[in-house]
Amino acid sequence: MKKIIITLLFFIFSVQNANSLIKVDITRGNLDPLPIAVSPLHVDEKSEDLKGLKEKKLGEEISKIIERNFKSTGLFNPLKKDAFVQKPDIAHIKPRFEDWRLIKAQALVTGKILVKDKKLKVEFRLWDLTAAKEMVALSFTTTPTNWRRVAHIISDKIYERLTGETGYFDTRIIYVSETGPKDQRIKKLAIMDQDGNGTKYLTLGNELVLTPRFNPTNQLVTYMSYFKNMPRVYLLDIETGIQEVVGNFPGMTFAPRFSPDGKKVIMSFAKDGNSDIYSMDIETRKVERITEHSSIDTSPSYSPDGKYIAFNSDRSGLQQIYVMRSDGTQVKRITFGKGLYGTPVWSPRGDLIAFTKVRKGRFYIGVMRSDGTGERLLTENYYQEAPSWSPNGRVLIFYRETKSDSKGKGFSAKLWSIDITGYNERMIKTETDASDPSWSSLLSK
Amino acid sequence: MSRGLLFSILFHAFVISMTVLTLPFMLRDPVDLPPIVSVEFIQITDKTNIPFAPKAREILEKVKKEDKRVVSEQAPPADKAKEKPDRIPMPEDKKEIKKIVKKKQNPEEIKPQIRQASEFEKKELFDPDQIAALIDKAKEEQAETQKKSNKLTQSSVKDSFARGLSLSEEDALRAQIFGCWSVPLGLPYDEKLLVRIKLKLKQDGTILKSEILDHERMNTPGQSFYRVLAESALRAVRICQPLKVPPTGYERWKDLQLNFDPTEMLKG
Repeated sequence: MKKIIITLLFFIFSVQNANSLIKVDITRGNLDPLPIAVSPLHVDEKSEDLKGLKEKKLGEEISKIIERNFKSTGLFNPLKKDAFVQKPDIAHIKPRFEDWRLIKAQALVTGKILVKDKKLKVEFRLWDLTAAKEMVALSFTTTPTNWRRVAHIISDKIYERLTGETGYFDTRIIYVSETGPKDQRIKKLAIMDQDGNGTKYLTLGNELVLTPRFNPTNQLVTYMSYFKNMPRVYLLDIETGIQEVVGNFPGMTFAPRFSPDGKKVIMSFAKDGNSDIYSMDIETRKVERITEHSSIDTSPSYSPDGKYIAFNSDRSGLQQIYVMRSDGTQVKRITFGKGLYGTPVWSPRGDLIAFTKVRKGRFYIGVMRSDGTGERLLTENYYQEAPSWSPNGRVLIFYRETKSDSKGKGFSAKLWSIDITGYNERMIKTETDASDPSWSSLLSK
Repeated sequence: MSRGLLFSILFHAFVISMTVLTLPFMLRDPVDLPPIVSVEFIQITDKTNIPFAPKAREILEKVKKEDKRVVSEQAPPADKAKEKPDRIPMPEDKKEIKKIVKKKQNPEEIKPQIRQASEFEKKELFDPDQIAALIDKAKEEQAETQKKSNKLTQSSVKDSFARGLSLSEEDALRAQIFGCWSVPLGLPYDEKLLVRIKLKLKQDGTILKSEILDHERMNTPGQSFYRVLAESALRAVRICQPLKVPPTGYERWKDLQLNFDPTEMLKG
């Protein structure tokens, strides 16, 4: 009996003690970008001289690319180098955390490079300055001409460690480059790094090209081009430059897109004024009809697991977005808002669908959940469309046209990107006017 | 037969008497209940002016005296520390930098009466580390003995009077941490985002120990955002320190739990 009473008393006391712990709920914070210091990478004195490569400047150049990448996300604030409290040659030691905290930095990147035997060795470390500990440390060896990609890969690793999401810097963007007056546009396929560097043109511009889309493996691009005034879907191998027509349809084919496994191309095919959705196996060239309706069904896009397809259709009278199983069954309308909805694109994360909406003559880019709920319009303008997701499903790239005046001047088409929060809208620099962008997946996985 | 009759009579008598006894109650008017007035109970600390019961006051005063003694033994008042640095030789460049950090992080002066000189100031005053170490040791011992003696009497009694922080104290602390917490933007919308951090504080509000309570979730696959979120919360606490804690009642808030949850903010 005594024991029971003692146990009970003990229990009551312990409960009281537990209750006495003060709890404070913190439900708000600031959304200021994280202050980060990117120290220039230290170039090892033993580095060899290589033709066409300024080794001495390489460390600084790489750090500049990393800074630009971070700045473009809107999530980080790279600090000015004039304020740095230690020189770059700290790659092999722990930084003086208190001193770096003085300039309000919360994270620090240090590193060093060595060019030896015609190879580039890069090491970097990311430090949490408030906790005074190392967060990630990696080293790569590659050919020296690849130094830009090294900078992007480092950016990806740091981004991943600091945000918990995969990065999107070591990626490329394919788009339609446009030159010349509006009524005589020359359109070429162009490809560039995600930051606008290293533009290459893939077609000559004698045929009109539209809607290029990356294959998940990055080797292949599908796009639409006019052949004898008939739109056709093509496949292009970026590495070899070989291109071929997809399928042999008697009518017009539009809006091609790869399936997530890269084995199929899904597109719409028009016959007698009615278009439906078809998929084609790239290897066997076997064609499968997916929708069969008297309305116009276009712009199909697979969900990342390949089980569903989102598309737009005017079967209800106005153009709206629908979702169906990938075999064409269980068609379900998901948009019911006012205005027209088009170009649905499933996010690589699978949770959201991006779309273009037209209402009262204005164009909006927005996102919603895959069941159509939670619609959020991110940006509004005179004319903008064709959203494409960054590989981590965090950023959308699209193109925007400006209105030409009465003399036909002032018209331009540019690529823009926006975070799915609706913040950080920014123009992406391209050599020429640009439209129809498509973002590749990560080149290094 | 007569037995049955007797039972029947007894039973009837019982039923009738019950009816007579209970029915009048039922006929009465229903009790007129006053309308319900909702009242919010707010915890008050020993700061408020409501007089305590004589016995409680005695205990509290005793505790306060105890607190004061601890402080005076531990370190000199802060304003003294501010006057002196010019007169004593600076120990090292590095320490001077540290001092600046201190000032920047905590520009407002906390009441000198209770405030304990920070570690850096202590070093400046009695430069030899030994003295600082001695003080630290003395403080530890003091706290230890106090803890022992308080365990059954004072702390439990005191807790029952003033448990938790007052609303204004809690608000001050919350506002301070709001400013220090950079919420990572890559968080998912549909996941549980609560990070609970348990802190052990020194009397000046600096952190002795911090612990993430749902630690195992940090390494769960597919929950990498949680690690980032937890780290951002820890960073916020570290940047903010010394925390804006009440000048008195160290026993009350020396253990503190902060629940970081950005869900509302992300939705709004």
